[in-house]
Amino acid sequence: MMTFAKPHAPLLELSGIGKSFGGLSALRDISLHIRRGEIYGLIGPNGAGKTTLFNILTGLHRADGGRFTFDTTEYGGHCKSHTLARAGIARTFQNIRLFSNMTALENVMVGRHLRTRSGIWGALTRNAATRAEERETLQRARELLSYVGINRPHQTLAKNLSYGEQRRLEIARALATDPKLIALDEPVAGMNSTETDSLKKLLRDIRAGGTTVLIIEHDVKLILSLCDRVAVLDQGKKIAEDTPDQIKCNSAVISAYFGIEPAAYEQNSTERPTARLPDQANHGHP
Amino acid sequence: MRQRDTWLVLVVLAIGLLGLPFMTDALLGRGWVRILDFTLLYIMLALGLNIVVGYAGLLDLGYIAFFAVGAYCYALLGSPQLGLHFPFWVILPLSALMACLFGVLLGAPTLRLRGDYLAIVTLGFGEIIRIFLNNLNSPINITNGPQGIGMIDPIHLGSFSLGSTHELFGLTLPPVHLHYYLFLFFTLLVIFVSLRLEGSRIGRAWMAIREDEIAAKAMGINTRNIKLLAFAMGATFGGLAGALFAGFQGFVSPESFGLAESITVLCMVVLGGMGNISGVLLGCLLLVVLPEVLRHGSGPVQQLLFGRSFVDPESLRMLLFGLALIVVMLWRPAGLWPSRQHRSELTAKDNLTKSSRDDRT
Repeated sequence: MMTFAKPHAPLLELSGIGKSFGGLSALRDISLHIRRGEIYGLIGPNGAGKTTLFNILTGLHRADGGRFTFDTTEYGGHCKSHTLARAGIARTFQNIRLFSNMTALENVMVGRHLRTRSGIWGALTRNAATRAEERETLQRARELLSYVGINRPHQTLAKNLSYGEQRRLEIARALATDPKLIALDEPVAGMNSTETDSLKKLLRDIRAGGTTVLIIEHDVKLILSLCDRVAVLDQGKKIAEDTPDQIKCNSAVISAYFGIEPAAYEQNSTERPTARLPDQANHGHP
Repeated sequence: MRQRDTWLVLVVLAIGLLGLPFMTDALLGRGWVRILDFTLLYIMLALGLNIVVGYAGLLDLGYIAFFAVGAYCYALLGSPQLGLHFPFWVILPLSALMACLFGVLLGAPTLRLRGDYLAIVTLGFGEIIRIFLNNLNSPINITNGPQGIGMIDPIHLGSFSLGSTHELFGLTLPPVHLHYYLFLFFTLLVIFVSLRLEGSRIGRAWMAIREDEIAAKAMGINTRNIKLLAFAMGATFGGLAGALFAGFQGFVSPESFGLAESITVLCMVVLGGMGNISGVLLGCLLLVVLPEVLRHGSGPVQQLLFGRSFVDPESLRMLLFGLALIVVMLWRPAGLWPSRQHRSELTAKDNLTKSSRDDRT
């Protein structure tokens, strides 16, 4: 769990990140690292600070203390969103934040914004460079839409897509920024098991394509079967960081989820049926 | 086939627009040609505001300030007030540039504001400009205060002045007609710029900010710059319209730039359909022409119906105006001609969407 003797250089390394909202301390001294090419899970009970951490990583919140290194560049706690996006961190949102009144295609095209350059002059004259760039943007957007599996007409308004498609569209939009790290905030929330399975496949494809995946999820089954490593947050603190197999038997994790000793949790299991950690032991992970 | 139809429509439209002042003059009188001129000015204004409100979703209640900046810029550089008489082709870009600068000046402090708060600050800005214009007559007289600036040079291109009647191609062209053609040219220019921006990378970024600013940020859009660009572009159109207005009227005073004017322009954008150029055109046409029709028409109609005129046409006009807005907000909250909502999936806008049509089959 310490940050030395790793075979790969970490893509993202957090050290001492802290954040409080007024008197509530949402994150306390979070340090963790994510290696290139892995699928890294972030779990924890509601209010553990997972989304806050995402917001800091994507520049939407300022950290009170600490810093992080992404792709060998060090960032303080307060970096602009667009700088981080340019550096290669893209994200999706827990409550879907698409550009609802724009078409699916346009949503993804917006994702290309920071990898394209044409400005006012290009827009007015529509010169050769701008036209080439627009063609390329359009081409890439279409590819991404079919890559994530949206088979509707691409001119459908984002708000008219089904829930599952909206989640996928968010992923396509994030991928359009050519990220090195894609951070997904509860991507399978509210999906049925078929949708979850196909999303799992998509995430593996994304990783196979060379993009590191950071994922927050309440679906423990998904996390344990998908992730290479998992960190567990509880009340703003990291209480564990390990491989899924180890996390399953970690007593700190189990007591964080149930508030009681592992042996006694079964009497209270009606409270959180999805978090029955030991049951997942037989789900192999590749 | 399709392309030929488009050309046909364009040619008919062009002939219609070119002949419009003559037809209006012959059928309705010279006063209506003047109303046409104002319609064109309002279209430029509304399209400018449409960039800020319709595309970028930033509610601006002080937009008329940019119109004022453009108008006063023209008035100061082309009147006996300061003794300056710059040529039109120098003043016009300068006015637009000055308004653009003011757009950025206003935009900068409001970047972190949204919705109601932004509206209130922009409203304040509009008032500040008007009050400045009202009071900058002492200790040094710059704007001549509430009396306004008169005897502004008529718009002239070289020795060709739009302020006097000309005989061209066997046609008699009085000043209102000449201004109509000049304004038409600039309106078409503004429409062209709007169209080009709408379908561009910048336009998409504006709309992304309108739809969800946080998501736009996370997608790597530099929201500060893109918002400032929206303010600057909108203000430039406003300044352009303002300069043309000053040259046309020959007189500017602060009272032309009150809050009511800002609201009127905003109404045109909202009534017609925010973010949709055709909708905005429709909104302008309705809100300039309908009040005039009511002004001229309500008196005689009352005479005819009741034998006397018991409601002042002016107040009736405002009453119906308000009523129309309420009705539109109730039944068509997105405007009379809303953007994209009804954009058919089969509509091909240009080559870009044409190729996207192919992969949908």
